[in-house]
Amino acid sequence: MTQAEHTYTKFQATALVVLQLFIGWHFLYEGFAKLLNPHWTAAGYLADSQWWFSGLFVRLAASPAALTVVDFLNVWGLVAIGAGLMLGLLTRYAAMAGIALLLLYYVAAPPFAGYVYGAPTEGSYLVVNKILIETAALMVLVAFPTRGVFGLDRLVAAWRGKSEAQSLKQATA
Amino acid sequence: MNDQSQKPEHWTNISRRGWLKALASLPVVGVFFYNFLKKKAKDDAAQEAIMSELRVREGGPAFIPEAVSRPPGDRIGIGIIGMGGEGEALVRHAGFAHPEWIDESHEELKENPASKRLETYLNQEDLNIAITAACDVFDVRADRAIAASQAEVRSGGGPALGPATRYRRYTEMLESPDVDAVIIATPDHWHSRMTIDAAAMGKHVYCEKCLTRTEDEAHAVYDAVKNSDIVFQLGHQNRQSESHSKASEVIDADILGPITLVEATTNRNTTWGAWVWDIHEDGNPQTIDWEHFQEPAPNKVPFNLERFFRWRCWFDYGTGLAGDLLSHEYDAVNQALQCGIPHSAFASGGIYYFKDGRDVPDVFQVVYEYPDRDMTFVYSATLANSNYRGLKFMGHDATMEVSGTLSVTAERDSTRYKDKIEEKIIDPARPMFTYRAGFKGIDAVTSATEQYFASRGLLYTYREGRRVSAYHLLIKDWLDCIRYGGEPACNIERAIEEAITCHMATRSLEEGRLVKWDPVQRRIV
Repeated sequence: MTQAEHTYTKFQATALVVLQLFIGWHFLYEGFAKLLNPHWTAAGYLADSQWWFSGLFVRLAASPAALTVVDFLNVWGLVAIGAGLMLGLLTRYAAMAGIALLLLYYVAAPPFAGYVYGAPTEGSYLVVNKILIETAALMVLVAFPTRGVFGLDRLVAAWRGKSEAQSLKQATA
Repeated sequence: MNDQSQKPEHWTNISRRGWLKALASLPVVGVFFYNFLKKKAKDDAAQEAIMSELRVREGGPAFIPEAVSRPPGDRIGIGIIGMGGEGEALVRHAGFAHPEWIDESHEELKENPASKRLETYLNQEDLNIAITAACDVFDVRADRAIAASQAEVRSGGGPALGPATRYRRYTEMLESPDVDAVIIATPDHWHSRMTIDAAAMGKHVYCEKCLTRTEDEAHAVYDAVKNSDIVFQLGHQNRQSESHSKASEVIDADILGPITLVEATTNRNTTWGAWVWDIHEDGNPQTIDWEHFQEPAPNKVPFNLERFFRWRCWFDYGTGLAGDLLSHEYDAVNQALQCGIPHSAFASGGIYYFKDGRDVPDVFQVVYEYPDRDMTFVYSATLANSNYRGLKFMGHDATMEVSGTLSVTAERDSTRYKDKIEEKIIDPARPMFTYRAGFKGIDAVTSATEQYFASRGLLYTYREGRRVSAYHLLIKDWLDCIRYGGEPACNIERAIEEAITCHMATRSLEEGRLVKWDPVQRRIV
């Protein structure tokens, strides 16, 4: 009934919601899987890093103190971003944080011509890999917010003292 | 205040439809957690089923003699005999790094802040020893030993101590009351004489592998040590490696089923790995006491820098691959299986790549039979290919691979795990579990990616997650036994098994026939 709901066609809205839930699901599970595996650490991934920032990543992998912080931020970052996307809570921030995190993964190990990594991959990639595609998908969500369609952001806005109409207007601005 | 009182009003501003939209994704969240918990329950059940079936502990190895740190007691005076590469490493791992090494480590740290070698050295425990004496036939190395003995940057913040006295003959060193124990890191052709003389003088011995150059020498050393009260340790650092300790536990728990084949390998592909070591620029007949060096060697030759600095390439001073690398692999197998001396050995090989005047083979294979254990042990080595083949224990029910990591993979046609494989609890295409040194516990459900990162070297091991030098632990084990009694990890019994097993291979190669061990006469025949 509000203006915002008519911004997208039903199909457009559905497509965006599905995209957001899938990415949220993926982040959340990546986070939980690491959280529950006592053996998990980013050390291997970081130590195998190539390209410009490999020095930094390898150094992080070699320092137990830094690694503890990196592992903690990574796991809880994944969980928070995943939960945010799935619940539609602080969606915009979640998507942007997701983009930042994915870009870190990407620059740590970009699939450029001539770069060979120790870790086996499940597909074949050249420059563009699934990390980069997921990054682009999150950019779509930042550009086309779903706040008017679903999510707790509506409640957040209300709690902040804005009327439903106002918050939705802002959401689709 | 005003703001707060207004909030409930805004909540009511949300329409019923608005609430529905806000919570629209909750069913999906529900589906997520339903699936997640289902998967977790399944993984946990699989892990538990595997672990209870195997009855192996999740934690670190049961045998950690250093877990309880004992006060280092009175200071022990150590004499170092042979300050080449290995000798210098041993002295450093004992807490005395040459100042040049400290400087190099600082340089390395500047270039690569990830470098751990200085930190590992500094964090080592102070063993409360002093390097009181040094003996080397090469002046430069003797001087290096003296410099190291005065090291100011010590492990564990130990004090700087007085300079070691240089002896030109180890026999004079053994007479010194300042020497309680000796570290022997000379070429193999000297080991037996030095150990026998040290034992006669009541000096404790840490001797590098291989125990001796010949079988006769091995028997003589064995008798001398057995007839003395000294503490003898052979330098096999794998004895202190966490994953090797875990391997013994896996064997003891009989997880692999009947083991019929053990395959150990050496693959190196560098000149350094083939013992083409640097010839020191100051090495010459004036600085090297060549005649003394070659005194126990069967063939005397004129002064020769290559033979002095690359002695492993000649049978006059060592036994090539047998004494250098087979000895390590065999000791690792013996540590896990306690298999002792084999019934027979057949070896073959040749000088196929390093045609540089050496007389020891650079490609070398040995087949040992253990009919009493229904088992064959195969050792295969080349110095001209670095394809990593590892160490494998092959049982009817599972295969164990040991390196920095230990992994156990069930056999597809295992009898014992048949049901578990059918129930898809155990997947024979992936390791049932891996044990990674430095990580707590066994991981029974792990991804291929993580698997990959697992295997790394033997030089360092992990104790309670901390990187420690395996050499350091082996020296510490020896010193603890000197101070408090007990048997060191690689005592004379293990040492004679190692020596005889290696010499069986050398003898077989030399004579081109199958050789046997006569357990009654205690001779290779």
